[in-house]
Amino acid sequence: MEKKDEKKIIAEITEQSYKYGFVSKLDSDTIDKGLNEDTIKLISQKKGEPEWMLEKRLNAFKLLKTMKPPNWANLKFDEIDLQNIIYYSAPKKKASLKSLDEADPELLKTLNKLGISIEEQKRLTGVAVDVVIDSVSVSTSFKEKLSELGIIFCSISEAIKKYPELVKKYIGTVVPPKDNFFAALNSAVFSDGSFCFIPKGVKCPMELSTYFRINEAGTGQFERTLIIAEENSFVSYLEGCTAPQRDENQLHAAIVELIALDSAEIKYSTVQNWYPGDKDGKGGVYNFVTKRGIAHKKAKISWTQVETGSSITWKYPSCILKGDDSIGEFFSIAVTNNYQQADTGTKMIHLGNRTKSTIISKGISAGNSNSSYRGLVQINRQAKNSRNFSQCDSLLMGNKCGAHTFPYIKVRNKSSVVEHEATTSKIGEDQLFYCNQRGIGNEESIALIVNGYCKDILQKLPMEFAIEAKKLLEITLEDSVG
Amino acid sequence: MLKIKNLHCNINSIPVLKGLNLTINPGEVHAIMGPNGSGKSTLASIIAGNENYEITQGSINFSNNDLLDFSPEERSHLGIFLSFQYPVEIPGVSVSNFIKTAVNEHKKINNSKELTSTELLKLMKSNLKLLDMDPSFLSRSMNDGFSGGEKKRNEIFQLAMLQPKLSILDEIDSGLDIDALRVVAAGVNKLRSDSNSFIIITHYQRLLNYISPDFVHVLNDGKIVKSGDAKLALELEEKGYDGL
Repeated sequence: MEKKDEKKIIAEITEQSYKYGFVSKLDSDTIDKGLNEDTIKLISQKKGEPEWMLEKRLNAFKLLKTMKPPNWANLKFDEIDLQNIIYYSAPKKKASLKSLDEADPELLKTLNKLGISIEEQKRLTGVAVDVVIDSVSVSTSFKEKLSELGIIFCSISEAIKKYPELVKKYIGTVVPPKDNFFAALNSAVFSDGSFCFIPKGVKCPMELSTYFRINEAGTGQFERTLIIAEENSFVSYLEGCTAPQRDENQLHAAIVELIALDSAEIKYSTVQNWYPGDKDGKGGVYNFVTKRGIAHKKAKISWTQVETGSSITWKYPSCILKGDDSIGEFFSIAVTNNYQQADTGTKMIHLGNRTKSTIISKGISAGNSNSSYRGLVQINRQAKNSRNFSQCDSLLMGNKCGAHTFPYIKVRNKSSVVEHEATTSKIGEDQLFYCNQRGIGNEESIALIVNGYCKDILQKLPMEFAIEAKKLLEITLEDSVG
Repeated sequence: MLKIKNLHCNINSIPVLKGLNLTINPGEVHAIMGPNGSGKSTLASIIAGNENYEITQGSINFSNNDLLDFSPEERSHLGIFLSFQYPVEIPGVSVSNFIKTAVNEHKKINNSKELTSTELLKLMKSNLKLLDMDPSFLSRSMNDGFSGGEKKRNEIFQLAMLQPKLSILDEIDSGLDIDALRVVAAGVNKLRSDSNSFIIITHYQRLLNYISPDFVHVLNDGKIVKSGDAKLALELEEKGYDGL
């Protein structure tokens, strides 16, 4: 029957440790630390890549050597030593498995611990799951069913070997290596990732889903995802992450490229829950991600993300609205706690006529964390009659956290309309008291208020994912009150 | 049921209540009237457990519990309900979801079975009818964009759902037009019983035409200065507080 006050609630929120902090003992095939041409050749060789891919990697590495990490974000962290990272780690029992029975039992245990029962998922949700644990795809399901429709869903390594023309044609066209430091790094050393191709006129009948997970201590993970949706096709792709607890920082620099040809639609949803560091801000994943999609005529690209993890998040899923009447959407929830830092947002580049974009961003900051929304809406001269609507809301819990909004708007013609709304609010004592008075304890009340605040975005996620995301939000803010 | 003895309290070190005594038995309806700033809403907040007030002296006993030891949610579980003068907005949380959470928290505490969605919906619908409210109301966000009247109905709706032992209605009549007032009052009257008690805080005698109180108290400068039956309210209407 202790008395509770807001300060105490906030203090206790920050003392929750990471629920998924465990290391699974997978028998790994790891190369030495450090980055040079030999490392890259070794990666390429281990993956059995063709010469052209190695060349691309080496070119990216040359570029990388001339580049510096970006420092414009509202983030504070020590310099990253690229020589102190292991660039390749693969579970030994790799290669093509037809069913889960062939997978490493330790691996299956890990997945079960995370509550990701593949069998369950297959059976209940009809999701084809391509599991990436430490860089190599271990199992791919539903492949046969998808292939009947001409859909390709496999690891990028496999695609490089099996569908070189497709990969060659599109890889690096949306995010070229020179785009930024981390893009160059990824282009040089990417270990694995997913490849997805939806042929003309095909609506992919199920959500395609990949679970990523950093597993080998000290291994940076450099995923590469390439999704191509041909004319009039549709695909919904889910990416979800959880990572085990670590003492040292782990670098994660992924690239995701989406290509939506005329009248195609790609819906890309992410739940990101990398290890955020302990309550003093020690450890945790550095997440520097470049995600971008290009939308051709009447195409639509929709990014939805729920970001609860990582000690540092640097991520701006963007849309290049190249074709006339193309549409870009960005829906985001970013939760920061303890000493987490997030600088995230989007870029909407309007090139075609009558292009439309919508941005809805919800930031939640607790503890000593800092969360920034950074967004660019650029409407070029020739993009006549284009529209953008942006809404950026921030919710603060306690007095030690920060929320910042950096909207950049560039409109170069007079027929286009841009709207921007921003709000900052605090979980008020009066809201908590109101819930308390109805018999709802502090923890439940916070979950209720936060879920309400995020409802618009949660609704954009596919059903099963929305439930998982909601759970994650609750876990992040759970045990917050005594 | 409720026994308040010699209650003194401060807000920001300024005394607000200065020795208040009040006893309420099961089934009774007490009206508390008084000029602005006399401490009416403070009394309501303190009974509900608002921690912005510092209790400096006195005690509150509720059903043989020392109420001051209980957190706001525990007081709710004991059967205390406050209908807020200014209900807060909780965007994105639907009325039905909010009520469901509240009702089931109560069930959990009392070790009774949580209601299924179907059972709850049935209960909600019958209570909506009581207050002449449309079922579409359930899917709206809590108090978000509600009119003054809708907010007050929502309070009484929650009261009906939670079936408290002691209900405190803090200026339930403010911001209500006469028709809404009638509906709300009728709702309250239907919820009256031999075991449920009410504290009705109001400025105006008008409300008491619809909900007839057993007792009327006049609160002034942090103390109850006069108590009587329903006639006292009429007298106040005629003479004003200065006439006492």
